[in-house]
Amino acid sequence: MTPTVTLEVRDLSTHFHASGTTLKAVDGVSFSVARGKVLGLVGESGSGKTVTGFSIMRLVDPPGFIAGGSILFQGLDLARISNEEMRRLRGNRIAMIFQDPMMTLNPVLRVDTQMVETILAHESTSREEARQRARDALGMVGIPSPDERLRSYPHQFSGGMRQRVAIAIAMLHRPELIIADEPTTALDVTIQGQILAEVQKLTRQFGTSLIWISHDLSVVAALADEIAVMYAGRLVEQGEVGEVLDRPLHPYTKGLIDSVPSRNRRGAPLRQIQGMTPSLANLPSGCSFRTRCPRAAEICQQAPATREWLPGHTARCHRPHHLVEEPA
Amino acid sequence: MVSYLLNRILQAGLVMLVMSAIVFLGVFAIGNPVDILISPQATALQREEAIRALGLDLPVWHQYLNFLSNLLHGDLGRSFVFNVPALQLILERMPATLELAIAATLLALVAGIPLGLYAGLAPKSPVSSSIMAGSILGFSLPSFWVGIVLIMLFSVHLGWLPSSGRGDTAVWLGVRWSFLTVDGLAHMAMPVLNLALFQISMVIRLTRAGVREVILSDYVKFARAKGLRESRIIFVHILKNILIPVITVVGLNLGTVIAFAVVTETIFSWPGMGKLIIDSINILDRPVIVAYLMLMVLMFVIINLLVDLIYSVLDPRVRLGAR
Amino acid sequence: MAATSIRSIFGGRKGGEQTPFRRFVAEFAASKLAVLGLVVLSMIGLIAIFAPWLAPQNPYDLAQLDIMDGMLEPATTGGSGFTYWLGTDEQGRDMLSAIMYGLRISLFVGAGSAVLAFVVGATLGLVAAYFGGKTDALIMRWVDLQLSFPSILVALLILALLGRGVMNVVMALVIVEWAYYARTARAAALVERSREYVEAAQCLALPTRRIVFRHLLPNCLPPLIVIATMQVASAIALEATLSFLGLGVPVTEPSLGLLISNGYQYMLSGNYWISFYPGVALLVTIVAINLVGDHLRDVLNPRLKS
Repeated sequence: MTPTVTLEVRDLSTHFHASGTTLKAVDGVSFSVARGKVLGLVGESGSGKTVTGFSIMRLVDPPGFIAGGSILFQGLDLARISNEEMRRLRGNRIAMIFQDPMMTLNPVLRVDTQMVETILAHESTSREEARQRARDALGMVGIPSPDERLRSYPHQFSGGMRQRVAIAIAMLHRPELIIADEPTTALDVTIQGQILAEVQKLTRQFGTSLIWISHDLSVVAALADEIAVMYAGRLVEQGEVGEVLDRPLHPYTKGLIDSVPSRNRRGAPLRQIQGMTPSLANLPSGCSFRTRCPRAAEICQQAPATREWLPGHTARCHRPHHLVEEPA
Repeated sequence: MVSYLLNRILQAGLVMLVMSAIVFLGVFAIGNPVDILISPQATALQREEAIRALGLDLPVWHQYLNFLSNLLHGDLGRSFVFNVPALQLILERMPATLELAIAATLLALVAGIPLGLYAGLAPKSPVSSSIMAGSILGFSLPSFWVGIVLIMLFSVHLGWLPSSGRGDTAVWLGVRWSFLTVDGLAHMAMPVLNLALFQISMVIRLTRAGVREVILSDYVKFARAKGLRESRIIFVHILKNILIPVITVVGLNLGTVIAFAVVTETIFSWPGMGKLIIDSINILDRPVIVAYLMLMVLMFVIINLLVDLIYSVLDPRVRLGAR
Repeated sequence: MAATSIRSIFGGRKGGEQTPFRRFVAEFAASKLAVLGLVVLSMIGLIAIFAPWLAPQNPYDLAQLDIMDGMLEPATTGGSGFTYWLGTDEQGRDMLSAIMYGLRISLFVGAGSAVLAFVVGATLGLVAAYFGGKTDALIMRWVDLQLSFPSILVALLILALLGRGVMNVVMALVIVEWAYYARTARAAALVERSREYVEAAQCLALPTRRIVFRHLLPNCLPPLIVIATMQVASAIALEATLSFLGLGVPVTEPSLGLLISNGYQYMLSGNYWISFYPGVALLVTIVAINLVGDHLRDVLNPRLKS
């Protein structure tokens, strides 16, 4: 275990028991995040990226449960520690930012209450001291007149401001790891840019590792060091962000990149991935992408293993782009 | 907002007018009021004098106007039985009923919220199933039946609690109250529980439904992600969100509790206005009946006005005058 | 009673196409508790209907009563050699027979008022939904107004004006209950009204009455049936309460509530059975109806959503 690795997830599986069947929302996922680095976790909705984030936080609601694998956070296996040990880590050394800022703050509690309680949950300090730190945290994320804002209720804030509050709460204890679950999706584009810049500044300043969960490749391209692509509960491709975006190996990754409209491809017909995301209840046998895959062949009826096709660049595919001939 | 408010007050006034007409027609037009108001031993001359004195020789619309004008002056006639103003008679009995109703409402909150909270947090436990089954019974069983069972158990069989009356009272703010003495509290125990049962069931359901909804919300999950202790999540983040609607609903139900006190007061011989109205109906003391009904209608009109105002404050669409 | 009417309505409507009805029966039978409730309810219904033939005694034929057998405890044999399994009241009336006759009146009042309120309420609700505008506003304003008062107060008001009597109680209950049906029927009909088949019927210039009753009503039935089941239970409870207060049925036709009320004065001296057993009969009836109604709601609801 090298000290520079903040989080190492090995073979993580999170299952849901629903009406007699077991759905594998996360199925044997492995990745790691180095200190101060940003991992972009990308996939369509329902691909299991959010469940992966919640599994690391041990906040999967029943009927979901972590079925196997390990989540090594600085050598400590989060899948094995007690609930109380996990609680002490949450919001303290591992923090999370949610998707919809309008829903994450409790509507009936003042902002200072919601910040101070986070400090007091992990440290025994005076209420005054905690309030002072909450005030500083609000100032740090660019909220004007923080003293006044502390006494406000969430509904007195705009969506962007609320997300800043949530980020300030996440940063209160200078965590080693932040999991951000599409925190800018619900915001306007200009606000999105501001939040991204803010997060980038803070993580660089404090050497925080970041898992940025998103379906938006352009955001991930701008922010992430590494990228991991999920499809139907599995990681299908992983590597350094420039490498993966320039030379996608998995046909699904290529499809995702091609379906982003961009200026370079003006006039050219937009491409799309055929078909629909399959339901977890009836995935195709073998490679779960094969029914939508333009490169599918007979071999794809057997499940592919994850293979390091290029240095530091893995894919779970029998017939990756650039490396295996196009079918005739 | 102001026009909405005026509109609602106008509507409330209209409701009062309609109800006064119904009560007037019901009590004074159906049946022969002379037979009720004047003793059968009176001579023909006396009858005629009385009829003129009471304005009964006037046309119906005129009589109704007289009734309305008396109503506006707070004059609802004199009780035939007690020979005192009907309104005064009712107001004398009101503290006993209010004491019962307020105690029952408080009991509903104190007992219902913890039970509903538990049932919402552990919906699959057998204890929760029993709580919910109990609340269905509390909803569907007639309260007089439960009252009788209570008396049978605690008064007849065990002999622990008195079955009727207010017991010893003490004076506070110029009014006699039972809750200030030990004996009074013992007399209150069963009636309060009996009256509260329906409300407890309702509070349990409201609280449980609220917990089930709030517990899935992002802000509760975010509170967990902040590493808060479970006790703080339950008692601050969840409970505070549920408390406001539950207390609002229960508070607005005070009128219903007062109306249902009719049953409880009859079972436990509690000398409040509910028992008075039942006695008055049985001995045809019509001025008292009219006074009680008009008072109840007034109370509910005010409560409904409050409900509308509270919703208009809570719902911005109403506040902006969309209606 | 209630259960048989549900069955006949469903059978009548879906008689031709057996599958939805069979699916309904299968879904209903899935809950053992609800089936138990239905069985108990059917038995209660049969007892009520055939009380004059089943009861050991006609409790209101004074010639059959023996005053010497007054206030006998349950399961004692009286002077005439007749065993009173549930005891007797102060007039020597067999409580078992009195309960059977009392059930008859309680169920008649409950079911009768539910049927009448169903007819009145559903009609007004459908009319409100179909015509909309001022008709709708007028009817629904009245419904809202009435539902803002507790049922006991409305019933009290009406009975204070009308005096006691079986038909007066039924009328009071109908006035209390119709608003629930009207609101439900209107809500369901508003959903149905926007469907194509109603527009098609209007294009064909079918008479309004035909559209409302032949097209709208059948599709609003499931929620109305659920309401009706629940309302039978609450009507029985309310009638019992009113009779207990002395405002309900007359002493010559005692329902369960009045039997309980009559026995109440003897209870404190330890003669519990005069009140207690009619109370048990009332409890069993109400719980059985609620078991059936609760499950009926679960079975009929998903179909409403889909």
